Amino acid sequence: MKLLYFAWVRERVGLAEEEAEAPAGVGTVAELIDWLRGRGPEYEHAFEAGPAIRAAIDKRHARPDAPIAGAREIAFFPPMTGG
Amino acid sequence: MAVRLQTEPFDLGAEVARLTEGRSDVGAVVTFTGVCRNRADSGAELVALTLEHYPGMVEEELGRIEAEARARWSLADALVVHRHGRILAGEPIVLVVTLAPHRAAAFDAAEFLMDYLKTSAPFWKQEETADGRSWVASKAVDDLAAERWKK
Repeated sequence: MKLLYFAWVRERVGLAEEEAEAPAGVGTVAELIDWLRGRGPEYEHAFEAGPAIRAAIDKRHARPDAPIAGAREIAFFPPMTGG
Repeated sequence: MAVRLQTEPFDLGAEVARLTEGRSDVGAVVTFTGVCRNRADSGAELVALTLEHYPGMVEEELGRIEAEARARWSLADALVVHRHGRILAGEPIVLVVTLAPHRAAAFDAAEFLMDYLKTSAPFWKQEETADGRSWVASKAVDDLAAERWKK
């Protein structure tokens, strides 16, 4: 699947997007965040806010317990500040 | 009914004229314009804001918010225009226009659109001051404003 990062999550990870395959057992948004945090200090720094980081699956807001099976694109970003 | 994303400033008068042209069933037109203040949240003088967005999702999410507004209120028309990129202090950022037979629906729908847009449309503001750039933190007051519309 494709992972996208925005705003300070993007800056901390150091990438705007990447392709990744989560290992078996990673079934939800929260589990995906836990797995990403273990990939290196830049991910740990980006996701240290834990549940404060928002996610979207295929361009729809997704809660931490949302299943990621079948997702083509998962985005991570800080709380939104438009308007 | 439309949502539009653009980098250039918008013209409120021209947008309203286009929406109301040839109609006589509209008794109320409410417009809200969000403008870039000259103060950062820290109190420092702000030069500009840069708005980052999630292309594709922004349009879809604004469309979902607008559909929700149409389901809740009897609107003749509605328009949301949101800018992205670098916006100088004093320039407009966002425009919401609602048209309805009566004012209550137009006022409420405009407020709903703004409250939801601020907390769920994927935009992120970065402030630019003499000290550099910093990301704007989300505000609890905005979450509360959106929360009150939950049924």
